[in-house]
This record gives sequence, structure tokens and C-alpha cells, in this order.
Amino acid sequence: MKLVIGLDGASTGGKALDFAKNLAKKTETCELIVVYVIEWSPFSFQTAEENAERHKRREEEIAVAMERVVDPAVAELKSAGLSARAIVRHGDVADTIDDVAHSEGADQIVVARSSAGGLTSRLFGSSTANLVMNARVPVTVVA
Amino acid sequence: MKKLSALFLALVAYVSLALPAQAQEAAQSLDARVNEVFASATGWFVNFIFMAIPGTDFPWIVMWLVIGASIFTVYFAFVQFRFFGHAIGLVKGDYSDPNDAGEVSHFQALATALSGTVGLGNIAGVAVAVGIGGPGATFWMILAGLLGMASKFTECTLGVKYRNEYPDGTVSGGPMYYISKGFDELGLPGGKILAVMFSIFCILGALGGGNMFQANQAHAQITQITGDFPGWITGLVFAAVVFAVIVGGIKSIAKVTEKIVPFMGILYVGAAIVVLIVNYDMIGWAFGQIFAGAFTGLGVAGGFVGALIQGFKRAAFSNEAGVGSAAIAHSAVKTKEPITEGFVSLLEPLIDTVVICTMTALVIIISQQLIIDQETGNYVLNEAGTAIATVDSNSGVALTSAAFGSAISWFPFVLAIAVILFAFSTMISWSYYGLKAWTYLFGEGKTTELIFKIIFCIFIVIGAAASLGPVIDFSDAAIFAMAVVNIFCLYFLMKVVKTELASYSARLKSGEIKKFTH
Repeated sequence: MKLVIGLDGASTGGKALDFAKNLAKKTETCELIVVYVIEWSPFSFQTAEENAERHKRREEEIAVAMERVVDPAVAELKSAGLSARAIVRHGDVADTIDDVAHSEGADQIVVARSSAGGLTSRLFGSSTANLVMNARVPVTVVA
Repeated sequence: MKKLSALFLALVAYVSLALPAQAQEAAQSLDARVNEVFASATGWFVNFIFMAIPGTDFPWIVMWLVIGASIFTVYFAFVQFRFFGHAIGLVKGDYSDPNDAGEVSHFQALATALSGTVGLGNIAGVAVAVGIGGPGATFWMILAGLLGMASKFTECTLGVKYRNEYPDGTVSGGPMYYISKGFDELGLPGGKILAVMFSIFCILGALGGGNMFQANQAHAQITQITGDFPGWITGLVFAAVVFAVIVGGIKSIAKVTEKIVPFMGILYVGAAIVVLIVNYDMIGWAFGQIFAGAFTGLGVAGGFVGALIQGFKRAAFSNEAGVGSAAIAHSAVKTKEPITEGFVSLLEPLIDTVVICTMTALVIIISQQLIIDQETGNYVLNEAGTAIATVDSNSGVALTSAAFGSAISWFPFVLAIAVILFAFSTMISWSYYGLKAWTYLFGEGKTTELIFKIIFCIFIVIGAAASLGPVIDFSDAAIFAMAVVNIFCLYFLMKVVKTELASYSARLKSGEIKKFTH
């Protein structure tokens, strides 16, 4: 079995991780893929200077995400004796998690309940809600 | 750095607020003095660039740009039309590898380059062209825009191909890099000298068209609404804000304008479309005037040649094709194929000149701000005989403003805000282009960069204080001087682009380069 765990760096991500860990332990061979998406759009507007530094910033963003969120999660899964690896990508959160799960041929996506609230999520919907509605792979939302 | 900008802001506040009332008169004469000194200091340079071809009234520089654009168009077998659809696909991200997400996209490079070119050239420049050259200038402007797409394609491909990528992950590119590296690669002599020449002209262009012209027209627009006051005051305020962004590193101001400018662009085109829809019965007549004027001049100074010169000049000034500035902006894109950025960049003159400039011209013609002699059908010249007489004796951005105002009464206020923001974003873009040329000459480093940025801010004040004539002449001359070196070098380097084009189109045809399924 192959599980994709979508993390967003919020504390609720721990619950999704725990859920996936328990699920993985119940199956004989299970591969876990921890995915972290850095919110980014190819259609945003930037200054010439920002463009010139973009590659550098991107590397920095990926390094920070690895260090703070993804590496600790993978280490935790590995210490529980599971096979786990990490993917960090830029893009729209819901689309990118779905893309990764689809191209990896995952059986299930595990994400935490939306941690964002307020006006923006009312207007545009949360990433979790978008993922549940559009994913091509079954999604489990952990409360 | 913080201290320095605080000091500068305090100085600006002191000069503009605490200035005693009796100094007002002295201030007016300060404007006149700046104007006089500036005109006499730059006159020789302007005269050289706009020298007429012996025996004609035709400036050689205009011929230079048109011949360049035509040669690229023929040499690449009308690449601007053959790869137009492919360019759209690239901008949409159809060919972007998802693993490169987070890098500068084709869309972003195009948007950044456009925000440097869409601006006063489209609003004030077109008014100057139509005001002097008549409606016929529009025809030549569109033609120059279509041909210019091939120049853009050539220079932007080279800009990406020969950019510098530094170990820290930042990039620098532009004509100075492709001239020196490209000439070395081909074993041609003189690359370094030509690159230095380009850099010098690029710095002048950044200070002229990318700075003084912007400050000047922004001031003209503000006084339209507030009434007359000395230009250096506007200059100081602009200088302070630009200083805060480029020296103080206050990115939030730049970020806000980068968000508002595209919105303003859409609003401007939207307003133009509204004016055209309201006057839909006159669109046919307006195009009739454009075609008739293109070949007869309809009584403008210099006849149809006058219309042609104005059209080509303003088009080049607006879309900067062949000038080399866009190659600096486009070089930051992440791609394995430099030529893809060339395809994307050819959309720029199309959007800038063929679409937006034509909109402005149509609105001005339809508004009938230009006075027509009812008996002959020709345009009436002003007393000096240099331009077409207008209803309120307006020229430049004021003419565009009046044209929109005659259809949408409140639009001049929106236009004023748009002009100020466009001027500001163009200044920020050009401060970057100028800086890249400056660091190419003097090396990268905090102090050398700071010196350029301070010079840049000083020229904002001069630009706002001087009158339109000398400023526009110098701005044009400096930008066209860039094109002299750039196009000359493109002739030697275009075979590099041709090799890339052949290889890319073969792989596109064979299916090796294909769309990514998302």
C-alpha cells in the first residue's frame, strides 16, 4: 500500500501523521510519502529584482520546509520502523498533493482538517476542502 | 542604510514643507534654470542621434530600427506569426515541467517585462505621435509593432542563452552579457568594447526614458488636476518614494504597485473599449483616417513621412523592441531552452503596441480633439506649424486625458492615478536595467550600487522640473542609442538564434518537446 500524507506545517499535521502511522502499521508493506506544498502561483506578478533572485529564494524555501516540517516527520515515521520519503513542491496546495498522489500511484491521501479559518477560507474555500472535492485518489481527513 | 533613507526623507520633508513662501518665485525660475542647463548639455547628443539622412528629412535612427526589425522578420521567416500559438502555450504553462514549479515562470518574466514597457509610452507617447504625425502615425506604429516582435524574439533568446548564473543562485543577463560572451564564442573581436558602449547608453536610457520622461509626465498629469506648481516638488516626492524602494529596500511599496499596475492596465484598456463601443459608428471613420493619413499625411507637418517618422519613433519608444532592455528583464526565467523565452517575448510588442497603443490612438481620433479643416478634410496645424492644433491646445498625456474625458467625464482622475503608478513602476524597472548596466561596468558591490541609485533619484527631480521638449528629446536619443549598439551586435549573433530555432522546431515537430499533462 502507498500513502501520501499532506502536511501544512500547522500543529494539526501531527494528527494526520499519527493516523497514517497507525494505518501503515496494520498493513504488511506500506510506503509513506510525506508531501509539503509551498503555496505559489506561476501567474503572480513580480519585480525584475525578485525574478533575478527567485532561484535562490526557491532553494531557501525548500530548505526551510525540509528542516522544519518534512525531515522531522520522515524521521518520526522511520523511527517507527516504516518506509518513508519526502517531497517538497511549489504550487497550489490541493492540486499539487493530488498530482503527487496520482503520479505516484498512491492508494490514499491523508490530510489534517483545515487549520485556516476566517474570511479567506469562506470566500475561496480551504485547501483541504478543495482537495476533497477534486482529488483523483481517495482522501481521508483527520479531525 | 535605514539611517540614510531617513535622512533623505527628512530633507525632502524640509524642502517641500518648511520652504518659505517668498521662495516660490525663485522655485519657478529654478525650473527654468534646470531646463536651460539640461537642454544645452544634451543638445549635441540629441542632434547626432536624430540627424537626418543627407538630402532628406528622415532621421537615420528610425531607418535603422525599421531595417533591423525587417531583417529579423525575414531572417527568421516571420517567426512572430509562425510561433504565435506556441508562445501562448508557453505562457499558459503547457510546456512547464512541474518539477520546476517555484522558479520564475514564462508568464512572470513576460509580466515583469511588460510592466516596464506598458506605461506612459502607451498613453503620452501615442498622443505625441498622433498629435504631431496625425492619425496616419498609428498605421506605422502598428507596422513597427508587428516587425518589432522579431527584434524582441532575437534579443530575448540571446539574453537567456548568455546570462550569468552566480553560485548563490541569482542571475544577471542582458545585451552587455550576450554581446561580450557571444562575440567571444564566435571569435569576433570588439565584444567587450561594444558591451561597454551598450552599458553606457543603457545607463543614459535608464535616466532618460526610464526616469526623467516618466517624472515629467507624471508631474504634468498632477498639475492638470491640482493647478500649476513647480515641478521639482513632484520630483522630490517621487525621488523619495523611489529611494525608499531601491535603496531603503522597502519591498512592500514595489509589491503593492506590481499588483496594482496590471489592474490599471486592464482598467485602461477596458475604458478605451467602452469609449469605442459608445462611438462604434465612428470606428470605421477612424480607421479610414489612419489609412488615409498613413499615405497622405492629411496635412500634418512633414506630410506622410512626418506621420511615418512619428509612428515608428513612438512605437520603438513604447515597446522598446531592438533596444535591449527587455532582454535584461526576460533573462531571469527558468528554462532549459533559451528560445522559449524568445517566443514568449514576441508577445510583448503585440500587447504593448498593436493592442494598447492602437486603443489610445483610436480614442484620441474618435474624440475629435484634433481640429480638422471642414473644407479640405485636412488637419489644422498650430501657430508654430509643428503639431496639429487641438481643442484645448493639449499635447502629450493631457491630450489623451482630454480625449478620454470627452467620453467619460471622470476618467481623467483614474488616468491621473494610472499615469502616476505606471510612471512609478517603469522607474522601478528601469532602475534595475540601469543598475545591471552600471554593475557590468563598475562591478557588483554595495557602494557602487548605492552611487547609481542616488544618481537615479537625482534625475527624477531634474526630469520633473525640466519642460517636455528637452526631456523627450534626450529620452528618445538615449534609448535609441542603446538600439544602435544592440541591433548592430544582433546582426552578428542572429545565426546563434537561428541554430537554436532550427533545433527547437525539429524537436517540437518530432514530439520530443511536448506538453506536460497536468
